[in-house]
Amino acid sequence: MPAGLATYIIRRLLLLPVILLIVSFATFALGRFAPVDYVEIQAGPRASDETIERIREERGLNDPVPVQYVRYMGNVLTGDLGVSTRYQGFPVADVIFPRMWISLQYNAVVLVLTFAIGLPVGTWAALRRGTWQDPLSIGVFLLFASVPVLISVPLLQWLFAVKLGVLPSGGWSEAEYLGVELGIFSKHAVLPIVALTLPGVAGIARYMRGQVLEVMDQDFVRTANAKGLKAGVVVTRHVARNALLPIVTILGFELAALIGGSIFIETLLGIPGIGLLAFESIGSRDYDTFMAIVLVGSTIFVLTMLLIDIAYGFIDPRIRVEGSIS
Amino acid sequence: MSYDGASPVAIEAAPQQSQRYRVLRRLMRRPVAVVAIMIIVVIYSAGLLAPWVAPHGFNEADFQNRFAEPSLEHPLGTDRLGRDLLSRSIWSAQTTVIVTVAAVLTGGLFLGVTAGLAAGYAGGRTDSIIMRAADTFASVPTILLLLIITATLLPRIQNGARDLEDLTGFDWIVSSGAPSYFLVFGALAIFGWTGIARVVRSQVLALRQEPYVIAARAAGAGTPRILFLHLLPNLTNLLLVSFTLSFGALATAEVGLTFLGIGVQPPHPSFGLMVSDGAILSNVREHTTLILVPAGFIVALVMSFNLLGDQLTDVLSPRRR
Repeated sequence: MPAGLATYIIRRLLLLPVILLIVSFATFALGRFAPVDYVEIQAGPRASDETIERIREERGLNDPVPVQYVRYMGNVLTGDLGVSTRYQGFPVADVIFPRMWISLQYNAVVLVLTFAIGLPVGTWAALRRGTWQDPLSIGVFLLFASVPVLISVPLLQWLFAVKLGVLPSGGWSEAEYLGVELGIFSKHAVLPIVALTLPGVAGIARYMRGQVLEVMDQDFVRTANAKGLKAGVVVTRHVARNALLPIVTILGFELAALIGGSIFIETLLGIPGIGLLAFESIGSRDYDTFMAIVLVGSTIFVLTMLLIDIAYGFIDPRIRVEGSIS
Repeated sequence: MSYDGASPVAIEAAPQQSQRYRVLRRLMRRPVAVVAIMIIVVIYSAGLLAPWVAPHGFNEADFQNRFAEPSLEHPLGTDRLGRDLLSRSIWSAQTTVIVTVAAVLTGGLFLGVTAGLAAGYAGGRTDSIIMRAADTFASVPTILLLLIITATLLPRIQNGARDLEDLTGFDWIVSSGAPSYFLVFGALAIFGWTGIARVVRSQVLALRQEPYVIAARAAGAGTPRILFLHLLPNLTNLLLVSFTLSFGALATAEVGLTFLGIGVQPPHPSFGLMVSDGAILSNVREHTTLILVPAGFIVALVMSFNLLGDQLTDVLSPRRR
């Protein structure tokens, strides 16, 4: 490993806790300064003022916010994420991780499908430049990339559940087969996967097409063609390899889009994943649960971005080490 | 060159007025670009002129005509309260206009360009502070933070607006919906500046060593003069493409936030509210127009912005094809 790259990675790693501290403090402060007192909500409408005051005292909510924050983060570091107020008596960790597992399953499938379909389709479109398929494919990619999940889901619901009647209109399967939860293998998973994959594929294909076109203009491709290599070899060995480099960065944007998309997908289809939980916990002022979701979500997100940056530095030695490539 | 989400392919600088006309002429020769511009102009001017062009008010209920089929009286039909869908769409377009324009002006133009210019030109410590801040904003899951910001701050801002009403005697501030509009575009602006800032910074870094900048400095021009008279005009093409693309993204974001109930608050109209109404399963089953109408407007608008962005990139960078 070159020395420059090592400093670069260390510098990025040092930034990680700083980002997480800023994000967690902002979320925490917003939750504590919220105008609707969540203790009142938790205690219910008939609780007396003394009860509410007692709960506040017990939970240390009368302390200054920075003190509360330090205590909270101390607990988090020892693995205690607090207690859910919506699902009373359940520790937050028990509430969020099963939900996260559901979201993780279909999002992983989407991510794999997006790249598995998007990259070849984009390359194909680039090779078709100048034919009638070219404007057609660009148009189709752009259309699918322009339809927000929020709109494609009801339309897909209408098509598959109402018109064709082949898929359930929402929800998540809890059925088991031979003691194994079906989950991702049931029909319920098809709609969310299709709805999230379509815009993803369109975006990746669009970007890949541009990349391939750019690489095809370069001298070494002309040389490869001129020395008589087969077209297929040139495309796979020379063009695709070089076009793929910047695509690595797209992974990060894809991930961000998935986190956003999951909230809409899960609210629309009633899938009990982490997105729906985030939405519900904000609605019912379950701030500790929401905090935990933000913390876990940001950690995963920041770590992935970091891995992408590092991978990029390894793959492409031209990246200037002190430069900001994110 | 690395990909950073907002930056189009590198664009040649075209500072002179005559060249700008040439770009416009080249754009107008492309039928796709003309259609996209027309769709944007129609939807945006309908939104701006909503009080005059909308046949009905956005909240005018007609209980005799619930879920009416399209007719002369209601060209796109009505919803469950008998409200005219065409009029609601036009009023929703007004919300889109307000939120997108305000967010682009504050987030993109003000925050983004200023931060990018400062980081690129000043360099050193200023640069690293600004870029680390941009890194931080870019590396958090935006939607989660938007959720908590709007959910916790909206009631506060509304209370503040009520105090302002008491103070000034204007009683229309809260009922105009201004607080929720303000919050939505503010939240979008806070997270929307990083892409533009990065694009501007990298361009400024490339331009600051150009002979004309060095000449201007040698001739005694001050920093503001160099920034705004020499560098900024060379960034306009780049900004044009970035802003075009971000208009589409912002319109989608507003719809999403409002759909989740944390954006524009009813009774004020928004495509997000129309979508959340139309996406109810029983409506999807029996009254499909309720989702088709807002879907048509949003997709047409967002796609036009994306098409226009593509076409502008093509026109402005002769390097491609």
